[in-house]
Amino acid sequence: MAQPLLRAIDVHKRFGATEVLKGIDLEVQQGEVVAIIGASGSGKTTFLRCINLLEEFHQGEIQVDGERIGYTEGTHRRLGETAISAQRAKIGMVFQSYNLFPHMTAEQNVTLGLIKVQKRPKAEAVETARRWLDRVGLSERRGHYPYQLSGGQQQRVAIARAVAMEPKLVLFDEVTSALDPELVAEVLAVMQDLAKSGMTMLVVSHEMLFVREVATRVVFMEGGRIAEQGPPDALLVNPKSERLATFLGRFHGVFR
Amino acid sequence: MTYQFNFDVIFRSFDKMLAGLWLGLWLAALSLAIGTVIGLLAAYGRQSRLAPLRAVVWTYVEIIRNCPILLLIFFVYFGLPELGIFFLGKIESFVITLSIYAGAYLCEVFRAGLASMPARYVEAAKAIGLRPVQRQVHVVLPVMFRITLPALSNNLISLFKDTSLAAAIAIPELTFVTRQINANTFRVMESWLTASALYLVTCYAIAWLLRRVERRYAVIR
Repeated sequence: MAQPLLRAIDVHKRFGATEVLKGIDLEVQQGEVVAIIGASGSGKTTFLRCINLLEEFHQGEIQVDGERIGYTEGTHRRLGETAISAQRAKIGMVFQSYNLFPHMTAEQNVTLGLIKVQKRPKAEAVETARRWLDRVGLSERRGHYPYQLSGGQQQRVAIARAVAMEPKLVLFDEVTSALDPELVAEVLAVMQDLAKSGMTMLVVSHEMLFVREVATRVVFMEGGRIAEQGPPDALLVNPKSERLATFLGRFHGVFR
Repeated sequence: MTYQFNFDVIFRSFDKMLAGLWLGLWLAALSLAIGTVIGLLAAYGRQSRLAPLRAVVWTYVEIIRNCPILLLIFFVYFGLPELGIFFLGKIESFVITLSIYAGAYLCEVFRAGLASMPARYVEAAKAIGLRPVQRQVHVVLPVMFRITLPALSNNLISLFKDTSLAAAIAIPELTFVTRQINANTFRVMESWLTASALYLVTCYAIAWLLRRVERRYAVIR
């Protein structure tokens, strides 16, 4: 097998005295769509945030495309901010509450990183932004400010902002959890489209139908550890562990 | 009432009053601009990891906020030359004083603005790979200015009214000019009523204008 795009080795993270990640080992291959599921407090979001260093971790190692993320070899000393910023630029992230820059239009939200981080000429950045906004179905809304957009539209802009930078890996952190139910589908449709195009995605989600349909692999986290993983059909329909069965029981009726 | 109003003499000097008003506006605008820079630096200083820097900024803010501004104006204009520090002139001296004064108040405004900055914007800026300075320039400061715009407006109006204190060191702004007209014509009521009306209309106009700007730039609704 080729070198994995993402490799996490024994990642530990503490908040004060509480250990929230108790040794995560995970490999994600290029083009995989890996869904992380689990109860709140199981460490899913924290693990995702460690990958682009929005959270520090205290032990272990994360590599993206062979490059060690955030810390020096051996001593586990944090890299400088400039080096970390450069690493983050290669990893896209979409947040639960969209986090669009409120003072910028949809198009400016997308072009900011292209111009300031990737140093692309403005005209090219604008063209790229328009292409992506078109792809997420928002070409009509590119001059709108976030407050003029619905939650679903804002989240689609946020996805365009992340993927326009052509990241190697895109992290999705419960991106539909803050949305009204009727707006969830439009966001999931965009994500499904991206998954089909071969983008490598790591998705924390409670949308089990989406997970089952789109993910190539499902990872079940429990108490800061990966408890079980496998193809969605096997894992979601025939969970091996009692705990996963209990967890899935809450999504009653979805699978059986 | 036996007082006979006669505005003729006032209107003969009206151009002088308008010139005084205009000068006052300039003094306020200039002081706000310089004060904004001081206030921003001070606000970042208050957040610094260096305890001595935080202490220096805290001392500056507390001294300025707890001394009457007229005293500061006299101190800078009359006091500093005694120490061998000569300014170019009264106007420069006054603008420096008012800027330092504004800086202390704006420091608190910006400090509150930075503290109320939602973390999610900074996280989004980090996630797309912006470096620390870029995050401040392109995200934190623009959002913070929009959050603090109402407070900035209040400060500008306040500063404009404070320019009347420049009369104390004979800068020919509106209050000083009015006092001269009053002295020359003995039309007490007419002089001060006219000046008051000019201040009122100007302040109200500034407030109205800034409210429009606020609405235009309100981003978090």
